[in-house]
Amino acid sequence: MTTAEMLELDRLREEVAQWRARFDAATKRNALFANSGHVVEPLYTALDIAGDAAAAEVPGEFPFTRGIHPTGYRGKLWTMRQFAGFGTAPETNARYKYLLSQGQTGLSVAFDFPTLMGYDSDHPRSEGEVGKCGVAISSLADMETLFEGIPLDKVSVSMTINGPAVILFAFYVAAAEKQGAVAAELRGTIQNDILKEYMAQHAWVYPIEPALRLIVDNFAWSAEHVPLWNTISISGYHIREAGATAAQELAFTLADGFTYVERGIARGLDVDDFAPRLSFFWDIHNDFFEEIAKLRAARRIWARHMRERFGAKDTRSLIMRFHSQTAGVTLTAQQPMNNIVRVAYQAMAAVLGGTQSLHTNSMDETLALPTEQAVEVALRTQQVLAYETGVPNVADPLGGSYYVEALTDKLESEAEALFTKIEEVGGVVRGLETGWLQRQISESSSRQQWEVEQRRRTIVGVNDFVTDEGELTIPLLKVGAEAEREQRSRMAAMRASRDDALVKLRLAALRDAAKTDANLMPLILDCARAYCTLYEIRAAMEEVFGAYREPVFF
Amino acid sequence: MRPIRVLVAKPGLDGHDRGAKVVAAALRDAGMEVIYTGLHQTPEMIATAAIQEDVDVVGLSILSGAHMTLIPRVLDLLRDDGREDILVTGGGIIPREDMDALEARGTGRLFGPGTPTSELVEYIHNWFEAREAQTA
Amino acid sequence: MPQSFDALIADFEAGKTAALARAISIVENHRTGYDELMTRLHPRIGRAQRLGMTGPPGAGKSTITNLIVQSLRRDNLRVGVVAVDPSSPFTGGALLGDRVRMEAVALDRGVYIRSMATRGSLGGLSARTAEVADVLDAFGFDRIIIETVGVGQTELDIARTADTTVVVLVPESGDSIQTLKAGVMEIADIFVVNKGDRPGADRLRNDIELMLGLRRGATSANIPAHHGIPLKTFNPIRIARDAARSENPEEWLPAVLGTIASKGEGIDLLLAAVDRHFRYLQTSGGLKGRRRNRLKNQVTEVVAERLRARLWEDPDTITWLDTQLDLMEAGTATPFSVADELLSRSGPLLTGVKP
Repeated sequence: MTTAEMLELDRLREEVAQWRARFDAATKRNALFANSGHVVEPLYTALDIAGDAAAAEVPGEFPFTRGIHPTGYRGKLWTMRQFAGFGTAPETNARYKYLLSQGQTGLSVAFDFPTLMGYDSDHPRSEGEVGKCGVAISSLADMETLFEGIPLDKVSVSMTINGPAVILFAFYVAAAEKQGAVAAELRGTIQNDILKEYMAQHAWVYPIEPALRLIVDNFAWSAEHVPLWNTISISGYHIREAGATAAQELAFTLADGFTYVERGIARGLDVDDFAPRLSFFWDIHNDFFEEIAKLRAARRIWARHMRERFGAKDTRSLIMRFHSQTAGVTLTAQQPMNNIVRVAYQAMAAVLGGTQSLHTNSMDETLALPTEQAVEVALRTQQVLAYETGVPNVADPLGGSYYVEALTDKLESEAEALFTKIEEVGGVVRGLETGWLQRQISESSSRQQWEVEQRRRTIVGVNDFVTDEGELTIPLLKVGAEAEREQRSRMAAMRASRDDALVKLRLAALRDAAKTDANLMPLILDCARAYCTLYEIRAAMEEVFGAYREPVFF
Repeated sequence: MRPIRVLVAKPGLDGHDRGAKVVAAALRDAGMEVIYTGLHQTPEMIATAAIQEDVDVVGLSILSGAHMTLIPRVLDLLRDDGREDILVTGGGIIPREDMDALEARGTGRLFGPGTPTSELVEYIHNWFEAREAQTA
Repeated sequence: MPQSFDALIADFEAGKTAALARAISIVENHRTGYDELMTRLHPRIGRAQRLGMTGPPGAGKSTITNLIVQSLRRDNLRVGVVAVDPSSPFTGGALLGDRVRMEAVALDRGVYIRSMATRGSLGGLSARTAEVADVLDAFGFDRIIIETVGVGQTELDIARTADTTVVVLVPESGDSIQTLKAGVMEIADIFVVNKGDRPGADRLRNDIELMLGLRRGATSANIPAHHGIPLKTFNPIRIARDAARSENPEEWLPAVLGTIASKGEGIDLLLAAVDRHFRYLQTSGGLKGRRRNRLKNQVTEVVAERLRARLWEDPDTITWLDTQLDLMEAGTATPFSVADELLSRSGPLLTGVKP
């Protein structure tokens, strides 16, 4: 810093002190807090970012605080990817075709709860849940129907599936084969992030270690066979939805990411062989600037750790690509139309934070699956943002903002402090076993609930600006019991037509291989091709791996 | 007076236990004995636990959309064992018309998203006092 | 619930779980009819083997209990489990989560699980837990497992209401050492070092054996002077253990076992040790002694409770006591003289016979 610059800072320091005195005299308001709990100052100045290197950064350069592309959104807009799925495969197939016809540029599959847990639609535990919160996919046959008439070598598809992720992925690869698509051209993502399931979302199947083995199996297999496929979407979304703060979401998600990288390296994989296919998924909450800063900090932390800690050399290993979704937890059942506004602000934060793809929630999602009209408004929200507001015209337009840069640094240092704590409790896996991580989230969740109930945090239409009119004034989508009946008869037909001897053979081969160190991906794929069902494949491995049992932490 | 005993359970396959845990903690803080059964419970597991634990109240948290299948089954199973006196309440993502149908079917009040926990605490307290007054 | 007492007993005798659950509530709350209920059940008590499980939080008690129950069920034994957890001293509320780890047996008709909160009762709690165990015994369970968090004397007392007490500890846990210090050496019939695959497990087992031996009189006097004795064969633990063994072969020497509950390892050995201890109790007369002791304790508790109720719910007694306050204040009477006088003037009240 030159003498002139230092003198300039001294002058500024003096002016800020005077301003502070005037401010304190004029206001009696208590301190304001960001969602993460830190104090938000009433003003940020050059003093807050003095000596900050980020101000001198450009987009597309290490450590990528300002974005991963030198061209910002001018080269390529974000992918508008609405998460959708309900009822049976034919119904969802029709919805996908509609969404593609409306200008959506990628598909995102929402599975129903039985599928997420690895149960077939005709399993007793699935009763009442088939097709309710997503589409039911129990075998390759359902997957073929889901994408009938949609060329899988042309459309990128994201699948939110974790516990049984490799099984659904095998259905997908087998369905693409049947379409005649070349595996090397498949583009898309499976979420496959099991650590956050134990931490927050709870759609698990196997205990931690075998689950991690399956993930690394898939890293290795995919690097060779489907090089464009994102093998994991390391997700903060569910951690945040379960009650974490922005800083916790940032730190715990990145720590999960580092754990996967460590496991891949421990398997003997070259970090640059699998790291380029790791992607992320963030929740975009209400605190506008904090969310933008979180995304900027996330990119910077990932790049630094990948280079410095894991020795990654390929730029694609250093850049964090991510999907974002507006925060479901911020939607309110009261005055549901207000949700459109919340979603619009959140979507803008995601774009200002440089997201690669975005799902905007529909206004009615706290009440039911979205109606077609609600989905359309949500998609239009993105289109207005992309084509009318001018927001995407400039890369990282908030870069250099005193507040946003200071907040980015703040979140980075909070995350680093949490990494240290995670190390102290023995790492992510140990932290899950002892419940330390779950307890951190649970405590934040309780505190936020308390703040809302004490009206220390305002939720419009819920604890302030409440109206007396009926709680619900929008039409809702209802998924009836027909989907379940239809799905059961589809399953029965499939079971009747397949080669039972082959099914038994393939399942036995998988079970035997699970007892060894073999990569299970090819065997699971063989099961899928033979029309073994989701639950059959799950159960074959469960015989060897056992099932995960929930520890209880409040 | 003895503490009110409440079973807090999550029927169905969804893993969203934030609401159930917040409610469980709030009921405990209101002086109740809360038995927590964990995630992914079948109606059979819930009814068995409610009967074994001789609870006064069963609180169900359900967000998976399967409420019209799972909640009536809990009611039926309790009735089969002669325990229709147990209050079945709860909440989650349940459309108003379904809530009405379930209440008509024999549940207590059901609460939508965003309900303050204090409202549930008060409801259970009032129900319990009314019942004690009746049986005394 | 509007159900008559006789109907409840009939349902209980017919083996209906709902009736058992109601009966336990009546006992737990000492509600009206509690003494009559216990009286009716008394002839049916005394068949079940009672196992107490205690240890610090997170030691894996529930997981081990779950495995024990599954193993007992394979032998077709019916099992009742009482899981006791502390109530909040501030609100009186409690969060009871032990059922979660017992999900594998949740729907087994031969298993009954009951969660109990300590309700902050000073004393009396262990007696009440013992009574709940009596109800389970009368219902016909073959085994009763009483599980408590071993953090305080009360919890240890609860565990001691069992025939066999198992203390579960884990390596690398300061809580385990605290638990050892808190007096479990005296109550444990079997020690389990769970998470036996963790570092420090062997060391903890050695420490326990050393403490057991030392308690039984092994001192440095038992250790030969080390002239000519190679130091590597010098093993104070073995010496302590041998000292303990040789002293009185009739006396039960607590077994120290290792388990890895997460993998289901060591449970068979634990159950074998439990059986061995029970046989020891049968042959040594210890079982008879423990059961007689429980009866004695129960009488003590009932007497204390009845005295409390009869005296302090009697308006005349309270009025009389109020009249004594002036005298005590003036110094012409003392709390002790008043207490003596109160007891002697309350004869008929205490015996329950109105004059």
